[in-house]
Amino acid sequence: MSEYLDDDMIVCRCEEVTVGEIRAAVRDGAKDVVGVKRRTRAGMGLCQGRTCEKMVMAIIASELGKKTDQVGTSSARPPVRPLTFGELADAEVI
Amino acid sequence: MSIKMTDLLVIGAGPAGLSASIEAARLGAKVIIADLNMKPGGQLFKQIHKFFGSSAHHSGTRGIDIGRMLLEEAKSAGVQIWLKSTVIGIFPGGKVSIEREMDDGTTELVTLMPKELVIATGASENAIRFKNWTAPGVMGAGAAQTMINVNHVKPGNKVVMLGSGNVGLIVSYQLMQAGCDVCALVEAAPKVGGYAVHAAKIRRAGVPILLRHTIIEAKTDSNGTVSGCVTAEVDDHFNPIPGTEETIDCDVITIAAGLKPTMDLIKLAGCKLTFDGPFGGYVPIHNEKMETSVKGVFVAGDSTGVEEANTALDEGKIAGISAAEALGLISETDADEKRKEIWNRLDSLRMGPFGQRRKIEKEHLIDLYNKEVKEQKAFA
Repeated sequence: MSEYLDDDMIVCRCEEVTVGEIRAAVRDGAKDVVGVKRRTRAGMGLCQGRTCEKMVMAIIASELGKKTDQVGTSSARPPVRPLTFGELADAEVI
Repeated sequence: MSIKMTDLLVIGAGPAGLSASIEAARLGAKVIIADLNMKPGGQLFKQIHKFFGSSAHHSGTRGIDIGRMLLEEAKSAGVQIWLKSTVIGIFPGGKVSIEREMDDGTTELVTLMPKELVIATGASENAIRFKNWTAPGVMGAGAAQTMINVNHVKPGNKVVMLGSGNVGLIVSYQLMQAGCDVCALVEAAPKVGGYAVHAAKIRRAGVPILLRHTIIEAKTDSNGTVSGCVTAEVDDHFNPIPGTEETIDCDVITIAAGLKPTMDLIKLAGCKLTFDGPFGGYVPIHNEKMETSVKGVFVAGDSTGVEEANTALDEGKIAGISAAEALGLISETDADEKRKEIWNRLDSLRMGPFGQRRKIEKEHLIDLYNKEVKEQKAFA
């Protein structure tokens, strides 16, 4: 139902990335979730894509005429949950 | 601070994680279970309704009581329960970093090197995009359920629920019990998704169930918070039909559009994934022991395919037994016997119109493992 989505609708709440920005990233050559993430920051915020990833997948798939299981998934990077710099600074290097 | 060693670390103290830790501890393993919440039990502590199924699966017992029971069992089995303990990463060499809140309220980073690992991180709610879906007042049905059943706070007064699966039906009913007015239940499919017994409760209460409808917009007031909900009929391809829009006055919109397995730590552990639509998205492939493509890393519950608390409990048991086997605490023959009994019980849960599909998907994950994993990767 991607054609019913306004370009200004927010998809990634944490980084405030819109449908239009994701579509532009696909036009720019992004072929998967990681490509869109690198171009737009969608999925790089507080929730690390737990909320928006499926919607991002659906938009990429729709734009490319693919199925949702053909556009990949994001890679995980620690910390997977928010952490303060103070906690990191206090941590021992091991 | 130094690196702490333990036999088994279980991540996530929901039904899957708790039962894994109980099984392994009873077989003699030194077990730590970590959960980021203040209370253990996962979603069980929100389930004030009674469960279905057989007596082996706690039928007739409320979820919250099953949670309490598991917690007592874990404690008496000697499991160390670390609450307010968030796993923030899994690093090369099998190091697991945990942000742990101490008794004095300060936090510190603790590094554990477990010999075996069970990842039972559950699932998170799917979002649905419509105009203003990010406005305050739009929330997951599970979030609303936490507010009323755990925190005893009403999310608002007039609720429109999207999705008529069991979560949508049960949470609608519980919202009414909490004193909210459920104005409508909106469902894109031509029929109700959940069990008839739950749907009947909603219908008897006089809540209109709008089939073949979807939400296309949240109306907001001058503060930007939800003040209404625009619905529309959908065609056979679930596209909204122009001209059929109607606005319902409400201050909360709850979304019960299914769940997706939480993959971040499973990805960091290096487990091989596959996309499985009926199971909610990407899931790790695993064998009959619930072991992933990474040696010593086990999975159980919703994080390996969204199902129910009952199946999570049993998968957790299998993972716990297998972890104990890997630690040399139980022979393969004895472990196989225990596992076989549980798999048979799981088969009886995965029957009927809702269960059959899940049995097929579960067998598919195990088939994929047997085909694709020739040699497991090392974890530690």
